[in-house]
Amino acid sequence: MSDNNNIIIAKDLSKKYNEHLVVDNLNLAIKKGEIFGLLGPNGAGKSTVILMALGLTEPSSGSINVAGFNSTREPLKVKRITGYLPEKVGFYDDMTAKGNLAYTSELNNIPYRETPKKIDEVLEIVGLSKNKNQLVKTFSKGMKQRLGIADVLIKDPQLVIFDEPTEGLDLKVANQILQTILDLNKQKNITFLLSSHQLNLMQRVCPRVGILSRGKLIGEGNVENLGRNLFGGGKYRIELELEKVTGEIIEKLKKLDKVVNVNKVDNQLQVVCDKDIRQDISRLITDEGILMTRMNMKQDALEEIYLKYFKEE
Amino acid sequence: MRSILTVYRKELTDHFSSNKFLVLLALIYIAGLSSTYVALQNIRESASGLSKHVFLYLFTTGGDVLPSFITFIIFFIPIIGIIFGFDAINSEKNSGNLSRVLSQPIYRDSVINGKFLAGITTLSIIITSIVFIISGIGLFSIGVPPTSEEILRIFFFIFICIFYGGFWMGLSILFSVIMEKTAASILTAIAIWIFLMFFLPIIANAIANAVVSPESASVADQVRNYTIEHSISRISPSTLFTEAIVILLVPVGGHLLFRPLLEAEVSQMILNPLSIGQSLIQVWPQLVVIVALAIICFAISYIIFMRQEIRST
Repeated sequence: MSDNNNIIIAKDLSKKYNEHLVVDNLNLAIKKGEIFGLLGPNGAGKSTVILMALGLTEPSSGSINVAGFNSTREPLKVKRITGYLPEKVGFYDDMTAKGNLAYTSELNNIPYRETPKKIDEVLEIVGLSKNKNQLVKTFSKGMKQRLGIADVLIKDPQLVIFDEPTEGLDLKVANQILQTILDLNKQKNITFLLSSHQLNLMQRVCPRVGILSRGKLIGEGNVENLGRNLFGGGKYRIELELEKVTGEIIEKLKKLDKVVNVNKVDNQLQVVCDKDIRQDISRLITDEGILMTRMNMKQDALEEIYLKYFKEE
Repeated sequence: MRSILTVYRKELTDHFSSNKFLVLLALIYIAGLSSTYVALQNIRESASGLSKHVFLYLFTTGGDVLPSFITFIIFFIPIIGIIFGFDAINSEKNSGNLSRVLSQPIYRDSVINGKFLAGITTLSIIITSIVFIISGIGLFSIGVPPTSEEILRIFFFIFICIFYGGFWMGLSILFSVIMEKTAASILTAIAIWIFLMFFLPIIANAIANAVVSPESASVADQVRNYTIEHSISRISPSTLFTEAIVILLVPVGGHLLFRPLLEAEVSQMILNPLSIGQSLIQVWPQLVVIVALAIICFAISYIIFMRQEIRST
C-alpha cells in the first residue's frame, strides 16, 4: 500500500452472517510500532475483524491489508509475519511447553537447528524458563497466556494480534501480561493490536484506541481526545451538589479557566474541564457564600464511553 | 507440503503414544492370535488334501467357540477407523488449538490431510502387523510356505482393509468436522456402524420376505427373495467388504457364497479354485465402491472444513 507507515489498513470492511451485519463499513489504519486497542463490548465484531485480518474468514465486502498483503488473497504471507493469540488459547495438554513451541516453530519452517535456542529465548522473555519441560496441563491460566505470548514470538512477528489478552486473569497477572506487551513493543518494536472489552486495563497500555460498537467504529484516537470527540467535553468531570443552584453561579463556573462546559441536573452541577480545578471551584463557591454538600470528580472519560456504548448491548 | 509432514508427524506421535492405540492393538492381537490358534487346530480337517491354498486357511478357518480372523477383522476395522477419526477436528477446536495452529503460515488443508494420513498410517500398521504375525506363526507351525499367488491375495486383502478403514475414518472425521462435541461425533459414527452392520441385514430380510413370501415353492420366487434381500444389504459397505475379503481369501467356491444357488446346480458342480485374476474380477465392483466411499467421505469433510469459520470460542 502506498502508506508505508501503516501496518494494518482496513477499507470499507464489512462482514455479514446470514444477512446480519457484524462488521459495518469499517475503515481503520494502524501504524507501525504502536499499540492499538480495539475496544468494544462482547459481540461488537472485534474478533471478526481480527479473523478477517488473518485471512481466517473472508470479508463480505471491502478489503483488509496487513503489511501490504491482502489478507484474503495472501493469508500465508500475512500469517508469516503476524502472531495471533486467540481469545481462548489452547495448547496440547499432553506435551511439554517445549514440545508445543517446537511444533509451532516447525509449522513456521524455522530451521531445526535454531529451534532449541529460539525456544529458550522466548521462554526467557515470558519468564517460563523453569517450566520448559513441564506438561502444559499443569499450567495455570496465566502461565498458558504467557506461553501463548512465547508461542507468537517464536516466529519473530512484526505484528501481534491479541484477542482479549487479559480475559479471565486476575489483576496482578493481567498487569504482568500488559507489562510484557509494553516491553516487547519498546524493545523489539513489535506492533500490537489488542482487542478487549476491559477498557480500564487497556487504556494503561494503548495510547490509541478504536471503539467498536455493533460493527461500527464509533471513535478512534487517543483516549483523552476520544471523550472530547464523543461528548464534546474534556477529560475531567466534576460533580457538585450545592445547597441552591443559581444561573449566576453557572455563568461564573463557565468562566473559570479550563472549563469546557457546565451542565445542570436537578440540584447537581456537572463541570466538564481539561484540568483538575477542584480548588478553583471550591474557592469560587465559598466566595459566593453557597454551601457545597458534595464534590466528586471522575477522571475517566472512558468510563463514560463505557456506560454509554457498552452497557446498551 | 512441508506443513502436511509436520502435522502428520505430530499426529502419528500422538497416536502411537495414546492409550487408545495400545488398547486397540492389544485387542486386535489377542483376537488375531486366538483365532490363529483355533485355525491351526482345525486346519488339518479343513485343508483335507483338496486345496492348494493351505496358507489362506489360517485367516479363514474358525472353530466352534472362536470365529475366524476375517470375522474379527470385519468387526474391528470400523472400530479402529472411528476411534482414530472421531475427534480429529472438534477436539482441537474445543481445546483452542485449532485457531492457534491455523494462524501459523500453513494452508488449512494441511491440518485435515495430515490428520487423515496419520490415522490411515496407524490403521495400516495395526492391520499389516497382525497379518504378518499370523503369517509368521503359520509358516512356523504348518510348515507350508505360501505360494506367490497367496501372498498376492494377502496383499490385496490388506489393501482392501485399509480402504475400508479409510471409509470409516473419513466418515468419523466428517462428523468431527460438523459436530461440536466429540461425544456426539463418536456416537453418531457408532450408531451408523451398528445400523449398517447389524440392522440393515435384518431389514433387508424383512423387506424381501414382505415382497416375496419365503414359503413359496416356486424356484423363481426363492431366487427373487434372495436377490431382493441381497441387493438391499449391499447398501452397507460392511456387506461389500465381507464379500470382497471372502472371495479373495477363499479361492475355492468363495465367490459362490453370495449368489442364489439351486440344488440342481450345486450337485453338478466341480469346485475348482479361481485364479487370482478371476478373483479380482469378482471383487472389482466391491473394491471400487469401498475406495469410492472412502474418497467421498474424506472429500466432503475436506470441503466443509475448508469453508468453516474457526473461532476460538
